[in-house]
Amino acid sequence: MSGPTLSVTGVSHNFGATKALDDVSLTVEQGAFVALLGINGAGKSTLFSLITRLYDNVSGSIEVCGHDVRRDAGPALAQMGVVFQSRSLDMSLTIRQNLRYHAALHGIGKREARERGDKVLESVGLLEKAESKVATLSGGQLRRAEIARALMHGPKLLLLDEATVGLDVRSRRDVVDTVRNLADTGEVGVLWATHLFDEVRGSDPLVLLHKGAVIESGIAAGIAGDVTLSERFLSLTGVERDEIAA
Amino acid sequence: MSVNRLNWRGRFTAMGGIIWREAIRFAQQRERFLSALVRPLVWLFIFAAGFRSVLGLSITPPYETYVLYEAYVTPGLCAMIQLFNGMQSSLSMVYDRETGAMRTLLVSPYPRWFVLSSKLIAGVAVSILQVYAFLLIAWFWDIRPPPLGYITLLPALILSGMMLGAIGLFLSSAIKQLENFAGVMNFVIFPMFFASSALYPLWRIAESSELLYDICNLNPFTYAVELIRFALYVQINWLALGVVVGVTAAFLAAAIYAYDPSKGLVGRRRG
Repeated sequence: MSGPTLSVTGVSHNFGATKALDDVSLTVEQGAFVALLGINGAGKSTLFSLITRLYDNVSGSIEVCGHDVRRDAGPALAQMGVVFQSRSLDMSLTIRQNLRYHAALHGIGKREARERGDKVLESVGLLEKAESKVATLSGGQLRRAEIARALMHGPKLLLLDEATVGLDVRSRRDVVDTVRNLADTGEVGVLWATHLFDEVRGSDPLVLLHKGAVIESGIAAGIAGDVTLSERFLSLTGVERDEIAA
Repeated sequence: MSVNRLNWRGRFTAMGGIIWREAIRFAQQRERFLSALVRPLVWLFIFAAGFRSVLGLSITPPYETYVLYEAYVTPGLCAMIQLFNGMQSSLSMVYDRETGAMRTLLVSPYPRWFVLSSKLIAGVAVSILQVYAFLLIAWFWDIRPPPLGYITLLPALILSGMMLGAIGLFLSSAIKQLENFAGVMNFVIFPMFFASSALYPLWRIAESSELLYDICNLNPFTYAVELIRFALYVQINWLALGVVVGVTAAFLAAAIYAYDPSKGLVGRRRG
């Protein structure tokens, strides 16, 4: 496949008079783990809503594997796996039933769904929980189950919006490691939105989002320079230290 | 790879999955099934029994003889089951939207109109099961329309269920929060039900209030009730059929418009 997995070019978005996103551009290459870092209210969720077509992008363009999300929504969505900020598994169903439902929404029948389900559950370390009701899972398991679900239809792009919110340190590390391993296989490109600075590694491609605009992008270590990433962020934005996490 | 699943076969797999999920939820929520059944039965056993002596009914189509009030009110109660079901599935959609499950549905690669229509069909299927369960109990209560009527009823139930579901679907796009559902009860379900031909024939209403009579005639629920009433007696009420189909098309189009990210109401709101 040629070209980036995700390409966002010059995207702006308004809610009434409020400018939520201002001329945002970024790319995610296949096999890359791109961190989208910004404090709460920076516009991360708005950007995700535009990429997943919950909102329409009225200016600029968003392409997934070369498919424009507006003109070519079906093929673009077919290449996309999403873990939303709010939890979205059906609590009354088992993990396997949730996966089967999701697979069906992508046109995958029952038998294939079972095979794929076992594979993705194994990759997130939840195979033995397949028949458990979602309501019985811990927070970290829930997130990994959502990641498994997002992978069911074999997407090229994995979007995660604050996937570690509300998790304890260990579960957080598990979830981040799971996703990094997925990117390392080279099969998916990952856009990882977070407000937690310690989830970003020096070698990660990083996009800093603040008040709806990209203020820096590049390799994290390069952006940080000779100070820590959070210090660099503070000096770039002028926000107070107590407004940021980690 | 996955792009070649974007054909009609894939679409029907998606529709099957949506109906399957609704069926599982339905099977798990026995209380919901029971309450959907108890509600019309209370009307039938208590309200209709009390009303029987008060209300005289002349012979009006589709009835060929005098009928007891219980028999008159039964089609209206079938429609009531579907009305509650349609609004309840709209409630579940507002809930789904708040929890994020709606987003799961909307990131399906199939066209939004198709996904939403599938959701609608799943809800209608559930309401039809409820109606037949109700009619079975009513049969033991001596409400016995012609046997063929149970078959001719099915297409009428599909249509009226689609209409009420489409209204619910549209409302679900317009309701901002879950708490507003009490408002839907008061401002949609009750007025629609009472200002219709479900409980009393319209000529009776005309005797007491011309204005109310006009309102009942403008209420699409009246036509759902009449479509069901005629179908249960193996007849077609063409006016009712036309209105139900027209209203279904209008509200379904409005709902799809509202859920369309480039035009709709959903995309205009934050969060």
